Amino acid sequence: MTAPLKVLMLGWEFPPHISGGLGTACYGLTQGLAHHGVDVTFVVPKTWGDEDQSFLKLVGANTVPVKRWTRIEHGETGPRVASSPALDAREPEAVVQGTPSGAAPLRAGTATAREERERTETLQTTLRLLEVESTLRPYLGESGYLQQLVELTGLTAEELVRRFADAPEEARRAVAELERALFEASASGELSRIEAVLGSEEKLHFSGFYGPDLMAEVARYALVVGEVARREAFDVVHAHDWMTYPAGIVAARVAKKPLVVHMHACEYDRSGEHVNERVRGLEQLGLSAAERIVCVSHYTANVLRQRYHVDPDKLRVVHNAVTHKDQMEAWHWEKHIPEPIVLFLGRVTFQKGPDYFLEAAARVVKVEPSVKFVMSGSGDMLPKMIERAARLGLARHIHFTGFLKGADVERMYAMADIYVMPSVSEPFGISPLEAMALDVPVVLSRQSGVSEILRNALKVDFWDVQDMANKILALIRYPALAQQLTEEGRNELATFRWDVRGKLVREIYEEVVA
Amino acid sequence: MTSLVFYFQIHQPFRLRRYTFFDIGVHDGYFDDTENARIVRRVAEKCYLPMTSLLLRLVEKHDGRFKCAFSVSGTALEQMELWSPESLANLQRLAATGCVEFLCETSHHSLAFLADRAEFEAQVKSQRQRIKQLFGKEPTTFRNTELVVDNRVARWAEELGFRAILGEGADHLLGWRTPHRVYRPESCERIKILLRSYKLSDDIAFRFSNRAWSEWPLTTERFASWVHALPPDDPFVGLFMDFETFGEHQWHDTGIFAFMEHLPDAIFKNPRFDFATPSEIAARFDPIARLDIPHPVSWADAERDLTAWLGNHMQRAAHEALYSLGPAVRKAAAAGRSDLYEKWKKLTTSDHVYYQCTKWFSDGDVHKYFSPYSSPHDAFIAFMNVLDDLARRVARVQEPTPVESPTS
Repeated sequence: MTAPLKVLMLGWEFPPHISGGLGTACYGLTQGLAHHGVDVTFVVPKTWGDEDQSFLKLVGANTVPVKRWTRIEHGETGPRVASSPALDAREPEAVVQGTPSGAAPLRAGTATAREERERTETLQTTLRLLEVESTLRPYLGESGYLQQLVELTGLTAEELVRRFADAPEEARRAVAELERALFEASASGELSRIEAVLGSEEKLHFSGFYGPDLMAEVARYALVVGEVARREAFDVVHAHDWMTYPAGIVAARVAKKPLVVHMHACEYDRSGEHVNERVRGLEQLGLSAAERIVCVSHYTANVLRQRYHVDPDKLRVVHNAVTHKDQMEAWHWEKHIPEPIVLFLGRVTFQKGPDYFLEAAARVVKVEPSVKFVMSGSGDMLPKMIERAARLGLARHIHFTGFLKGADVERMYAMADIYVMPSVSEPFGISPLEAMALDVPVVLSRQSGVSEILRNALKVDFWDVQDMANKILALIRYPALAQQLTEEGRNELATFRWDVRGKLVREIYEEVVA
Repeated sequence: MTSLVFYFQIHQPFRLRRYTFFDIGVHDGYFDDTENARIVRRVAEKCYLPMTSLLLRLVEKHDGRFKCAFSVSGTALEQMELWSPESLANLQRLAATGCVEFLCETSHHSLAFLADRAEFEAQVKSQRQRIKQLFGKEPTTFRNTELVVDNRVARWAEELGFRAILGEGADHLLGWRTPHRVYRPESCERIKILLRSYKLSDDIAFRFSNRAWSEWPLTTERFASWVHALPPDDPFVGLFMDFETFGEHQWHDTGIFAFMEHLPDAIFKNPRFDFATPSEIAARFDPIARLDIPHPVSWADAERDLTAWLGNHMQRAAHEALYSLGPAVRKAAAAGRSDLYEKWKKLTTSDHVYYQCTKWFSDGDVHKYFSPYSSPHDAFIAFMNVLDDLARRVARVQEPTPVESPTS
């Protein structure tokens, strides 16, 4: 039986309100950790209205019974224990407090050389969900932050600014000091600046106001999480992506516990060469402060080595897995047009390579004019893409659906005959797995983390639009290829399991706790 | 007397270039000659030349008592002629000693026996003629692609006049019986089958340099002691392996050449043992029993079946598309376009579907090692595009309009 281990996880979103890949991955990971006896206190930022004056809500705490089977093989060299977690803890069962386990007694052994015994044990793993009042969201940017705040809170911009001004003097000062300390520390790499700010033990009130800009809110959130860290008992802090890195640093310093940071996407993935230096600085700070860095791919680990000069000994790669939501039942949606549909689905931004998709489309329709291309999603490059499509003579061949949500996303996947992910830089990229779950064959960029682990997909370099077109055409012309990819792909998807990843992450915790 | 029967396989496919959809109808330069030349020259340097030289020395040193056999695919012979004539010259020197037998196979190392008997026979006959012409003796022993045998192939080989056929000594075929005896395939009246002794063969071919193997490092003396411990009534031991075992799969620094250099001396220490060729064994011994081979058995992977070539949808689709073009291609050849027929035959080489294998997890590493493609799917796409282009060219031959000349 593994020893209990407690983690304070600074994550993003929680079902049923998950909007993107980051939230999905964080949630999947908590489920995976539950299989390996890790108690998770999951902290998520959440906006709430006037009525609630606390900064913290304990939304749910339950013990998650996880069935594991343990097989004891009696080989010639004595018993070996091989254990494997079961698959079925995705939906937590009703809490049964105080039941030690559902352990079945060991079967009495006969004296055969290779005898197998099985037993089931139930790990009582606790998952506590803490919602912390904050406006942070996974995909917020610095520009337009106030506008987004207005949408999130339902308050006017004036009201938001006034609330900050009306906040207790010492709270505002603490936020400003930490923000400055973070800025200086990310320039100098000196964490002592931050510690000096955290010196006082006094309880401050952070409720009822938000940071007037993104960086101030990041600092305010960090201070709030620091308060959480004073109250909670845990062995390690685990923070996901840059916005929670300062909070992770603060929590780790307050509790004198090791910090693990998780890199899902870095500033270079989001912005190419035109990085936001303050964001990059906070990433650098988190990477320096952490004892271990979990990367979602070797691709990302490599970026961290080259762009952030991270000590390679700190890097660990844990690929994302498929969550229950992704493993949808094949959706046999009525397709209303007979022509093959080739789909791009994602943010229409530099990172996702929509322009390469259009270039490939132009080459395909020259040979197969009946093929329809669909670009689903919105983003800063969308207007340019519509113009580009027209210039390439694709007007009759391409449809722009705009941003899709909810069931429309699944419906779109299910209507497609081919899914293309032409990303320029994709730390992981879960969307091909979602397409595959709906039996859609996939062409994907080699410049992605998911291509490291995925075998049943056609891979291209994003800039090689000729090869991309070649592969799209091959899928259309040679049906055996699509059949091969979807049939074997289904089996492959089933192997990308969060419980397997959870074990790796637990081992990382053990490295830093020891 | 127990004889060691070494048979070495030499084969090189004509690998395809990354032929894309946009090449279709544009050019018929299907084969990557730069890559093929590079590989053949590299293998010649690391394996063909040093190992054939070593075998020549062994034959000379042991005064004709050291013997072995080769089968060299027609596509390998062609590539040696093009890019490594010294390797071919060494093989001819070996043939001239009279101690080395050259076997027959299909000229293009194909799976034609599965789909197209006429093509199978045409390829066997053309290879037989070429072996006779190059090595001075008409082959009497047949070895099918990847050592695949079943009752039907054995009968066809018999009908083509062969006296012996080689096969895999698979457990599921033999049961309790030993591979060290001569058998007669069910359904045959004259031909004899000699089986591969896979354990002893793989000790050399696969396990030799494996440090995790309990017998590592394998010395000549230890291997000879295993051979010497065989029952006295075993007439032969079939040591069948890829020639690239020497210097390519097992690198020079593993000691594989030194192992072979000293093996005959160690074997001869017990006078009950010698070396022989397959046709000598077939002439010397009557079959001890019949052997029923209802399903094709190969020497590949743990399964010893055809799943490495025809195990998935892509492979089966490619195989079907290829052979369905056979009749039209032969018609085109009769109409004067033998160049198209030759290109098609180069596509029948089994390696092209082998590259499309997706048995990743158990045997996958081996497959990957031999594949020039980054994935089996890429292999399938290039192959199907080439076939598409070839089919268009073949179809055009039948049209009354003037025939377009090939572009390369």
